[in-house]
Amino acid sequence: MSICLDIKKKLGDFSLEISFDSDAKRIGILGPSGCGKSMTLKSIAGIEKPDSGQIRIDGRTLFDQAQKINLKPQKRRVGYMFQNYALFPTMTVVQNIGAGLGLSEDDRNARITDMVERFHLQGLEKHYPGELSGGQQQRVALARIMAYKPDIILLDEPFSALDEHLKERLQHEMMAMLEDYEGQVILVSHSRDEIYRFSEELIIMQEGHVLAKGKTAQLFDDPGTVSVARMTGCKNFSAAQRLDTHHLKLIDWGITLELEREIPEGINSVGYRAHAFQPVWGERQKNCLAFHLSGVDELPFERRYYLLPEEDGAAGSLIRKDPSELICWFIQDSERTQMDGKPVPDYLQFNEESVMLLRK
Amino acid sequence: MNKAYQVPVRISSDWGSVLLESNEGRYLMMEFLESLDWSPLIISLKTGVVATIVSFFLGLFAARKVIKLSYKAKAVVDGILTLPMVLPPTVAGFILLLIFSRRRPIGIFLDQQLDIQVVHTWLGCILAATVIAFPLMYRNARAAFEQIDANLVYAGRTLGMSEMNIFWRIVVPTAGPGIASGTILTFARAMGEYGATSMLAGNIPGKTGTISQRIAMVIQDGDFVTAGFWVVVVLLIAFVIIFLVNLVTGSRMKNIKRW
Repeated sequence: MSICLDIKKKLGDFSLEISFDSDAKRIGILGPSGCGKSMTLKSIAGIEKPDSGQIRIDGRTLFDQAQKINLKPQKRRVGYMFQNYALFPTMTVVQNIGAGLGLSEDDRNARITDMVERFHLQGLEKHYPGELSGGQQQRVALARIMAYKPDIILLDEPFSALDEHLKERLQHEMMAMLEDYEGQVILVSHSRDEIYRFSEELIIMQEGHVLAKGKTAQLFDDPGTVSVARMTGCKNFSAAQRLDTHHLKLIDWGITLELEREIPEGINSVGYRAHAFQPVWGERQKNCLAFHLSGVDELPFERRYYLLPEEDGAAGSLIRKDPSELICWFIQDSERTQMDGKPVPDYLQFNEESVMLLRK
Repeated sequence: MNKAYQVPVRISSDWGSVLLESNEGRYLMMEFLESLDWSPLIISLKTGVVATIVSFFLGLFAARKVIKLSYKAKAVVDGILTLPMVLPPTVAGFILLLIFSRRRPIGIFLDQQLDIQVVHTWLGCILAATVIAFPLMYRNARAAFEQIDANLVYAGRTLGMSEMNIFWRIVVPTAGPGIASGTILTFARAMGEYGATSMLAGNIPGKTGTISQRIAMVIQDGDFVTAGFWVVVVLLIAFVIIFLVNLVTGSRMKNIKRW
């Protein structure tokens, strides 16, 4: 079980250049729309042809420009789940599942029956895709792919077409359904929640290039660079100056952090997640940020504070600030009990483990 | 002829009573229908059916190929394929005559080597009708194909379906309503073809004399009864065809707001 990919493709002003090797069972590709992640999947499936490079799955060459190998999609044994599922509208559920099966009548029916049961499609056999809900369509799409027994399954933004309230449960369901699939699965998404939940290994892409790759949890904990940290959802960044092995001056926020751990040389930025601040009242403690409040947003289950570091926050300058310079502090309702009855805290404290030491 | 000429006056004044109550009217009607040469209807229907079948396959094929072309090549090829629809039919007829005349190379070759005669034959009828009606099929098929979600085709490919299978089992059924309305319009156009047919196939009664040509001919003879009869036939066929088109495409229109 392995994929080895190294391709280049130019399309107008956009150029895609991506390479990775992985034998992880679940691989995620995270990136904003237009970063080339769908194009990567389409190249694996043979829908798009890269300009150069090679693609190998389990040692089988699907594409190799140098050797002039370019297998047809029909020969690749790659299952592709499209964003809109691409179910054949004039075929029933059963016909959709059996569409690609070149087996004998009996074997095909047995395979279809098996899939109908596995994906809980009983009673829907004779329905057309237009008569199914989004979740049912997704199950049919997955059943159709699985019936074909591909070597690898590619999921292209599979949840983006679904209603918000369905998403979470269907993500869960999809993972359960993929449980007993032996091959690799690559999920492409712009949602870091989806990716984090799904993938063991993660590739982060931006503008056609790989920004970072590695174990998912590790990349979220220690993104390494500012741009990767931003992709993993980190909201707050400050330029930093390393004073000595344990002291770091945060230039944009006007404070100096004292850290227990050693600060490596070359660290020039700090990232801090909006949920990780600790409110402090009264006396200023270690690693505390003094601030001016710029605004508060009430969300159904969360309160969001937008702050300016104290020294910038002189009266009148609040509005002229670039919004990206505002510090975000998000606090969930469940954790808000500690704030009940109290005014806005005097300081926000940095939690050492949550401080991300980054390079530009 | 003279007797028959009086009929439409009464028919138009009160069709029903003439048919049901007036014995004289019924008699005249029967006499007219019995003496009528029905061959134009048969020839037109036959020509329409054959030309439609030929156009159907050629149109789907051409539409499929044109979709694959680059933007510029598409503009050129599409222009050529659509030309017969835009040109006056007599111009198309003239060009066909130039190609297939038995005094010109291709016509000579077909006649002498393959024993195929186009000019003044039923084959000429079919050829003229096909050339004129083909663009309708092609354009409707192309428009229908262009509406198809390309992911359906890609999905078919990744599922291992052959291109042939994808085309006939996914593309054509999905483009069904557009293709069906194209086919019906093609049949209508082929059946009613006049200009090119009259130039290439001529108007030989019982052989190449279609309804349209018969109408033109009998009007020149001043026989308005026969002309009127064929006009009614054509109107009926035309209405049925439009009704069918609406029925076929209508299912897709169900969700359209009736403002």
